[in-house]
Amino acid sequence: MTLYRRHQAEVEIKKDQIRQQIRVLEHGRRRFSTTPTQRHGHVTPPKPGEELHVTFIDKDGDRHTFEVSKGDNLLDIAQANDLEMEGACGGSCACSTCHVIVEDEEMYDKIPEASDDENDMLDLAFGLTETSRLGCQVEMTPDLDGLVVKLPQMTRNLQASDFEKRS
Amino acid sequence: MLINRCVRFSPCARTTAIKSFPTYDTFLPFRPLAARYSHHGPQYNGPAPTVAVIGSGPAGFYTAQKLMREIHGTKVDMYEQLPVPFGLVRFGVAPDHPEVKNCQDTFQEVAASPDYTFIGNVNLGHDLPLPLLAKHYDAIVFAYGASKDRQLGLKGEEKPHIYSARAFVGWYNGLPEYRDLNPDLTAGETAIVVGQGNVALDVARTLLSKVDVLSKTDITDYALQTLSSSKIKHVHVVGRRGPMQAAFTIKEIRELLHLEDVQFTPIPEELFPPDLKQLPRPRRRLMELLKKGSPVRDQATKSWSLDFLLAPKFLNWSASDPNCLEGVTFIKTKLEDPTSPDSKVTNTDETQLIPTSTLFRSIGYKAEAIPGMNEVGAEFDERRGTIRHDGSGRVVPFGEGGKTETNPTGSLNGVGVYCSGWVKRGPTGVIASTMTDAFQTAEAIVQDWKTMYSSASQAKEPRDGWKGVQAEAQALYLPLRPIHWDQWQKIDKVEKAEGAKRGKPREKFGRVTEMLAAAKS
Repeated sequence: MTLYRRHQAEVEIKKDQIRQQIRVLEHGRRRFSTTPTQRHGHVTPPKPGEELHVTFIDKDGDRHTFEVSKGDNLLDIAQANDLEMEGACGGSCACSTCHVIVEDEEMYDKIPEASDDENDMLDLAFGLTETSRLGCQVEMTPDLDGLVVKLPQMTRNLQASDFEKRS
Repeated sequence: MLINRCVRFSPCARTTAIKSFPTYDTFLPFRPLAARYSHHGPQYNGPAPTVAVIGSGPAGFYTAQKLMREIHGTKVDMYEQLPVPFGLVRFGVAPDHPEVKNCQDTFQEVAASPDYTFIGNVNLGHDLPLPLLAKHYDAIVFAYGASKDRQLGLKGEEKPHIYSARAFVGWYNGLPEYRDLNPDLTAGETAIVVGQGNVALDVARTLLSKVDVLSKTDITDYALQTLSSSKIKHVHVVGRRGPMQAAFTIKEIRELLHLEDVQFTPIPEELFPPDLKQLPRPRRRLMELLKKGSPVRDQATKSWSLDFLLAPKFLNWSASDPNCLEGVTFIKTKLEDPTSPDSKVTNTDETQLIPTSTLFRSIGYKAEAIPGMNEVGAEFDERRGTIRHDGSGRVVPFGEGGKTETNPTGSLNGVGVYCSGWVKRGPTGVIASTMTDAFQTAEAIVQDWKTMYSSASQAKEPRDGWKGVQAEAQALYLPLRPIHWDQWQKIDKVEKAEGAKRGKPREKFGRVTEMLAAAKS
C-alpha cells in the first residue's frame, strides 16, 4: 500500500514537473534556477533516495504533494511551498493557526502523541477533529512517508460560537 | 523560533508540485508579497484599490496582509493613534507570553512592502476628521478594536483600590493612557478579580508570578518595581457562573497551576458534571485539569482560587476610612442547567462576603464609536459595542458610500466602508480568531472590488491615499505629526537597546513624548 502511494506521488510530481516545463517554455522564460534554492532556512532539500512524501489538501480541495526531508515539520513545509497556512506564533505551539487534519487514522496513530500544550491549542482550533494536529508539531519521519493532511476550512461556516469568549 | 518566510523567491523547484495550474506569476523568480498565494484562483489583472485601515493591531494587519496578497498592488495606509504599532499584541498580550507576539514577524513583513504606509500618532476623528478620508480612498476599514471596558455598575467603583483589568494590563504593558495608574498593591494580602476570562487569569498570574521571572520579559520597569513591593498573597478569581460556563482557556489555567510556590485551592467536587467523559473534548480536558488542580506545595507562599457562582452586589468600605476597601459582598447565584455551557444564571437570596483590599474588574472590553463615523455611513451599535455590518464586515459596499435619501448620488465618492476584528464581532477570542475574522473582511472587500472592476479594461484612476489626505490636512492647517514606519523602527531600536541593558527583550516607553523623542533620534 505504502509503495503504491509512493509510486503515485512520484508520478504526480513528474507530471507536474513536465507541465511546468511546458509552461515555462511557452512563456519563453527560463526558471531562475533549476536546483533547489537554499533560501528556505527552515526546510532542507531531501537527499536523493531519501525523499519523503507529504500531500496537503487545501481549502479548495486541491492536492499538493511535496518531496521533503526527514525532520521537516508540516508548517515549515507548507510555508516553504506557499500554501495558505499562517503559523501566527512562528511555530512555537502557542496558537492554532497551523491546524491540520490527518486523513488516515492509521497514519495519525503513527505520529508521536501530542503534548498537553499542543492539545491545549488544538482545543481552540476551528473544526477540531479526532485526527487534528498542529502542523508545527508534526515532523516528517520515514514512518510518515505518504502522509496526507487537510487544511481546515478557516473562514467558511464561521459562527460566533466558534470563538472562545474572553471576558 | 523565527520563521524565515520566503516572500520574494519562488518555491523550491524540487519540492513543488502544484496540481492546479499555477498562474504565470508563479514562474517569475522574484515575486512581491501580494503574489504569494496567487496560484489560488484565476489571475486578476484589473485595477487595485487604495485602502485606509484604521488601527494597527492584529485585525488591521491581518486585513492588510490578506488584501495585499489577494489583489496585487493594493495600497494600504494604516492609521494608528499611538506612535507605535501592533495594538493589543504590544499592549494586551501578557509579557510572559512572548511566543504569542511572534505574529509581529508577519506584520513586519506586511509593513516592509512598498505598498504599505504606517501613519502613527494620528488620532482619527480628533486630529483628522474621518470624512476627509472618503475621497482619497477606495475603502476604509475600521479595525481599531475595543478601547474601553465594561463596568460592574457598583457604587464606589471609581474609588481607589478598584482597578479595571484593562487599565492594569495596559499599565504593566506600557500603554501611555495608563502610565500613571500606579496601583497600590500594598493595602492588604488579598485581591479579587471579578470575571473569569483570560484577561482575569493574566492579571492573577502577574500578581502571583515571581518578580525575577517577570523581570526577564518585556514588562515595564515601573510595573516591576510596584509588583516587587506587592503584598498580595491570595487572588480570588470570581465568576457569576460555574466551571462549565467559564470563559478562560485551558492554556492559561495550566500556566497558573504550574506556577512555582503557588497553591491552587481545590474546586468543590459538586460543581463538576458527574460524567466528564460525555463532554466534548475541549470542555472535558479543561474540566479534568481543573479537577486535578495543582499538587500540594508545602513551600507555597502564594495561593489562588476560582470562586464560582458569585455575582458582586456591593463594596464594603471601612467605617473609619471611606477610601479603604474591606471586602466585596457577592450574591450567590444558581445555574439552571449546571452542565450546559450556556446555562442561564439566576440570583439567590444568599450573600457571601469576601474580605479584600484590592479589586480588579475584568468583565470584558468595549469598543467606542469614532467621531464622524456616521458621516461615512457607519453606524455604531452602542448596546453591542460594535459597528453594524452584514456579517462579513461590509458596512457600506463600494460605490455606495455616502448615499442617503437626501443625497442619492452619495457625497462620499463611492468609498467602501468595512470593519474587522473586535469592533466587528465584539471583544472575544484569541489572535487566531481575529485573524480568521480579518481574512473574512478582506475577502469581502476583494469580492466587492472584483465585482466592480473585473478586468484591466475597466481602468480606474488610482486614489491618492495618504498623499492626498496630507495635502488636504495641510490646506486646513491641521497640525498632524505623523510617525512613519522608519521612525517606529527607530523607537523599536531604542526600546530593544534599553531592554538589553536590563536583560529584557525590550524596555517600552510609557509616554508618547518619550516615543516621539526616540523617533527623532
